[in-house]
Amino acid sequence: MWNRTQMAARVAQDIPEGWFVNLGIGIPTMVADHVPAEREVILHSENGILGMGPAPAPEAVNPWLVNAGKQPVTLRPGGSFFHHADSFAMIRGGHIDLCVLGAFEVAENGDIANWATSENDSAPAVGGAMDLAAGAKHLWVVMDHTTKDGRPKLVEACSYPLTAPGVVARVYTNLAVVDVAPGRGFVVREIAPGLSLADLQAKTGATLHTDG
Amino acid sequence: MINKIVGSIAEALAGVRDGATVLMGGFGAVGQPDELIEGLIDTGVRDLTVVANNAGAGKVGLAKLMEAGRVRKIICSFPRSAGSTVFEELYRAGKLELEIVPQGTLAERMRAAGAGIPAFYTPTGAGTKIAAGKEAREFNGRLHIMEHALRGDLALIEAWEGDRWGNLTYRESGRNFNPVMAMAADVTVAAVHHLRELGDIPPDNVHTPGIFVQRVVQVVRGAPWT
Repeated sequence: MWNRTQMAARVAQDIPEGWFVNLGIGIPTMVADHVPAEREVILHSENGILGMGPAPAPEAVNPWLVNAGKQPVTLRPGGSFFHHADSFAMIRGGHIDLCVLGAFEVAENGDIANWATSENDSAPAVGGAMDLAAGAKHLWVVMDHTTKDGRPKLVEACSYPLTAPGVVARVYTNLAVVDVAPGRGFVVREIAPGLSLADLQAKTGATLHTDG
Repeated sequence: MINKIVGSIAEALAGVRDGATVLMGGFGAVGQPDELIEGLIDTGVRDLTVVANNAGAGKVGLAKLMEAGRVRKIICSFPRSAGSTVFEELYRAGKLELEIVPQGTLAERMRAAGAGIPAFYTPTGAGTKIAAGKEAREFNGRLHIMEHALRGDLALIEAWEGDRWGNLTYRESGRNFNPVMAMAADVTVAAVHHLRELGDIPPDNVHTPGIFVQRVVQVVRGAPWT
């Protein structure tokens, strides 16, 4: 089983140089720390930053420079600031190569649910999740394979309200890396050490396919 | 001589009416004009519809305005955040209407208002509960929903520098919604950290041209959330 740091590192491994990447809150944010220093990846933050750098040392915090989670960050040389309409034009206009989000559920048709836990949630907070899910060229999800009480999060159909239909391309969990193949469903790419395909299937709410 | 600079927050907010739609800049505390927002309390105005990314935190700014019972409805993308207790209590008590709008749709609805576009189609929210009651249409094989422009009677924004024509600059991630909201209201009031003489802001560096700004007031304050 992989821990949170290993999951973030596993995602980072797959991001090519030159991509514009938006990272969601939680484990996705940690992905930035694992992109090799020599590989230039440009991080976008929806509050109007390109070229976002890591968190500053406590004594070097700049209160004017925060990320989408309102945490202090830094700016890399070459970075820039812009307003919200431009920032979301980058997202909605298909200029962002990759968005990595957390999720409650991902379905085998690529549906993602990550903003409200039930139809009755009294005050759900969507933020930029729907724009990112609909607009990024690639959408990857990083999340635990099951809920804390053991229910599968990779499912045949989402039970929670959707963030966007049919958009997830790949899921990184603490147990596996799984592609979402159009017309086919979940295709296992990698399994955490010590786990069999049968073990993984038992923890998954939809059929797992393999190549070859 | 054109002079949009006013001497007080009261002057800056003059004329705001009950039931007004007020756009409020900022992303969390950064770029959020707390003093202008709190100034609304002193005007006595009520039944406001507030458009902001977040629904206030702590007991200052928007949270203070809501606690004073002046807000009827809030239109935002992310109401819950650390310290949004005033919002949560009022909302749970049924004393506040809430319209959740995806963040990019929120920005684009105001940009559209500022640019004279009454409505537009977007794939954001298509196939989700956000789409309920909205016209849906397929373009290039993909489902889109129609969203309407969102205009304010008043926009309250924060900028770093301003001059008497209303030209503005912003600081780092303090820019966020402020330039978009400036375009989208009948009256835009900018709280600025620094007043500049006309011509002292290099023309290439003006972020919001004064055409979008009606009043400028200097508010001396420290950096956000410090």
